[in-house]
Order: sequence, then C-alpha cells, then structure tokens
Amino acid sequence: MSDEEYILRVEDIHKKYGNSEVLKGVSFNVKKGETLVFIGPSGTGKSTLLRCINQLTVPEQGNVYLRDEEVTNSGAGINYFRQKIGMVFQNFCLFDHLSAVRNVEIALIKVRGMKPEEAREKALYELRQVGMEEWAEHYPAELSGGQAQRVSIARALAMDPDVILFDEPTSALDPELTREVLEVMKKLAQAGMTMLVVTHEMGFACNVANRILFMENGKIVEEGSPTDLLENNESSRTRQFVGGLVMGED
Amino acid sequence: MDFISILIDWAPYLLTGVFITLGLTAAGLGIGIIMGLPMAIGQVYSTGNWWLDKIIKSFIAVFVWFFRGLPILVLLFLFYFGIFPAIGMGSLAPFFVGAIVLGLRGAAYQSQIFRGAIQSINEGQMTAARSLGMTKLSAIKNIILPQSFRIALPGWSNEYPNILTDSAVCYAIGVAELLTRSSQIVSQTYEASIYFVCAGIFIILNYAGMKGLLALENRIAVPGFSGSGEDNQVFL
Ligand SMILES: Nc1ncnc2c1ncn2[C@@H]1O[C@H](COP(=O)(O)OP(=O)(O)OP(=O)(O)O)[C@@H](O)[C@H]1O
Ligand SMILES: [Mg+2]
Repeated sequence: MSDEEYILRVEDIHKKYGNSEVLKGVSFNVKKGETLVFIGPSGTGKSTLLRCINQLTVPEQGNVYLRDEEVTNSGAGINYFRQKIGMVFQNFCLFDHLSAVRNVEIALIKVRGMKPEEAREKALYELRQVGMEEWAEHYPAELSGGQAQRVSIARALAMDPDVILFDEPTSALDPELTREVLEVMKKLAQAGMTMLVVTHEMGFACNVANRILFMENGKIVEEGSPTDLLENNESSRTRQFVGGLVMGED
Repeated sequence: MDFISILIDWAPYLLTGVFITLGLTAAGLGIGIIMGLPMAIGQVYSTGNWWLDKIIKSFIAVFVWFFRGLPILVLLFLFYFGIFPAIGMGSLAPFFVGAIVLGLRGAAYQSQIFRGAIQSINEGQMTAARSLGMTKLSAIKNIILPQSFRIALPGWSNEYPNILTDSAVCYAIGVAELLTRSSQIVSQTYEASIYFVCAGIFIILNYAGMKGLLALENRIAVPGFSGSGEDNQVFL
C-alpha cells in the first residue's frame, strides 16, 4: 500500500517525562475517513499520544506526517498543521469569556484572517451541524456539559480539519449528555471525517470505530477491528480490559 | 471674613488642586496599567530563550520588590532629590516627579494583580487556543488577557482609592495638589475648616470613581465570571 493512501502517519513516537518513558515507540497509520478508537488503562499515555500528534507535547523521537507533510519539526509551520488537526478535550476548554458563536469564529478571524461576517456565517453553519445554532449567543457558563462539548466540536470543525483528535470527550458527562455528544461524533464519522478517539464508550467503539487500538504501558499492544478484538478473540487483552470496565474493575 | 466667603474666594484655586490630584491619580493608574500588564505577562510566560527569560524575570522581580518595599515618601524624596538630579533632570517639575513615582509604584502593585489573574486562568484555555493554530502571542492577546481583565478588575479598582489617597503625599515635594492648596489656604486665612472641605472632596472623588469602575465592571461582565461587579457594593 503506498503512502498516498494514508492521511496521517505516526512513526515510532517516544516521549519521556523525567525518567519515565510514557510512550515507548508508537506507530500507526490512518486512512482518510477512518475512525480509530484508543483504549487502555489510565496512565498508559493515550492523552500524551494525541498531544504528540499536534505537537502540544513534543516527542523526543519519532515523526508525524499529515498528507505526507512532516508535522514534527515543522517549526512555526505547526500553527498551520494544528488548524488541520482539530482537538476536542475532556473538559471542553471553551473560551469562557466568549459566546458559543464567538468561540467558533475566533480562530477563523485571528488565525485564518477571515472577514468577521464571513466567519460568523461559517461559525453558525458549524453550530448547526452539532445542533447548537439556537445557543449561539450563550456563554459557556450557561451551557450544559453536552452542549459545551458540541460547541467545542463545532470549533474544531470550523477550521476544516483533515483529522480530529478526541481525548475522552464524554468522560466528564452524564450518560444522557454523553449520548448527545456521541450522536454528533457518529454523524461526523458517517460524513467521512477522520477521527482518533480516546474513549471507554464501548458502544461507540463497536458501532463506529473501524479499528480499536489497545494501549498499555506506552505501547500499542493490540490492534484490530471491533469484531476481531471483542467477538472473535476470546482471550484478547482488549476483551479482558473491557470485561473489567463492565465489571467496574478499571 | 466668614467661612463661606473664604470658600467662594478660594474655590477656583482649590478646584485647580482637584484637577492636579486627579492628574496624579490618572498617572498612577495609567502608567501602572501600561507597565504593569506587560510586567505581569513577562512574569508568567517564557520566551523560550533561557537567558532572555532570566534577565526579564529578574528585572521585574527587582522592580516590584523595590517599589513595593519602600515607603512612598521615601520613594518621592529619593526620586526628587536623588535620582532625577543625578541623571540631569533635577529641573523636572514636582508634578511630573510625583506622577512618575506614583506610576512606577502603581506598576509594581498592578503587575501583581494582573499576574494573579493570569495565573488563575485554567491552562486549558491556552492549550485550546494553541490547538486551533493560534500563536502564543495571539492566544495571550485574544484569550488570556480579556479573561484576566475581567478577573483583575475588582482588585484593580481598589488601586483607584489607594492611589488617589496616596497622591496627597506629593505635598511633601511641593506638588500643588488638593492637600497642598488646602494647607496654603489655611495658612493664609487661618480657617482650618478648609481641611474638612479637602477631606470632603477626597471622599467625593473616591465615591464617584468607584461608581464609575463598578459600572465598567458590569458593562464587561460575562456570565460565569466571578469577577463581575453585579453583587459588589461600594463601601465608603
Ligand atoms: N506534563 C506532564 N508532566 C509529567 N508527567 C506527565 C505529564 N503528562 C502526563 N504525564 C504522565 O505520563 C503518563 C501518561 O499520561 P497520559 O495522560 O498520557 O495517560 P492516559 O493514558 O491519557 O491516562 P488517562 O486514562 O488517565 O487519561 C502518566 O503517568 C502521567 O502521570
Ligand atoms: Mg488521558
């Protein structure tokens, strides 16, 4: 398979904090339109891995390529790649002093240099995609967690990213609110967005993911389709872990 | 002459003093914010250059320590009789010396108000901004500072009565502000009640200024920001 077919390539990422090696050589490739779900025990380096992809954390070793352009070592060019690699955080991280629509449009104006009217129009369009257009003028403090997370997805979408990274996007939410966010993510996946999702929502993983990557101790230890890892293989590490999740032993 | 006619006679003289007092206060607040804000940013953020950071941060630390560590009267005398003459600016009018000292001292205090506000902002705000492709500088300007302002405003507002009342110390180097003029009137007319007028004017200036700042707080208030002035009261 030629490199052209991959939209994102991650090669041999190593990351240390002090003496502890958090990522011990992580590699994987992502095709356009794929949804990858990362699962694994706490402290395994899942968040660190996502942050290495858009260089919020700089790895000591290894490379990341987006459409065959190197993201690592890109210097000031990183600000371009970060527009193309969206990120959604566990605690939303909406800009607290800005209304929902301002949250979505601000980077369009300040980063892309778009005209305010044009940015507003695009921001409202993205809010509509996540069902939040009516809340455009509301501030983050006035939104439920699920609504805030949907706005933050719209904010990432506004930059027309090639890939979106989700770091436990529903972990801070009640089951009810979790569902509304997962609905939006599922819709995105079906519309062909490429997504890397760290989550313990196995329903989402089974129904939406093309591949599940199981991480442990800074490495990907298993990788395969949900069916392969969870149904066909009785003794897979992933299945054991997921069993633990259900039993509440995580 | 009775008190009222003395007051009417001297009113224009006193009023000029009010403007000079307000000028000193404005300098204290204005220079304070113009210098204090960059100092706060310099204390919190790094350029990435180790030596540059070291120099910037040490300079700010010494500056803050110096201007907060010395009594204001000592600072005034030091600048008026020592530093300005030494650098060939001995002929600088007392008003400007007072304004500069109040300004530098204001910067030292206000930098710490803004620093506290900046540091209180969740790290995730910067992370989210950077994740959208904003440069660090743009993120500070568009995300961090607007939030810091709202958080800092109540504390910053308290600088207004502080500087207003401190400005009277400029009496000591002969700035013709409200207190200086009041005391001149008293020594010419032997009407000590003028000091009541002086005190009354300070109280009015204080009250009016705090009301104005509170209105500003409410104007820029955003839901969910504890900095908003809605429930604050003006205490005299
Ligand atoms: N900035 C940091 N400084 C030092 N150590 C860190 C830092 N960030 C993460 N770590 C450590 O790196 C390890 C991996 O952290 P990471 O957040 O990537 O794990 P995770 O798989 O996302 O875990 P969780 O499921 O709890 O979110 C942890 O031991 C964590 O303490
Ligand atoms: Mg994590």
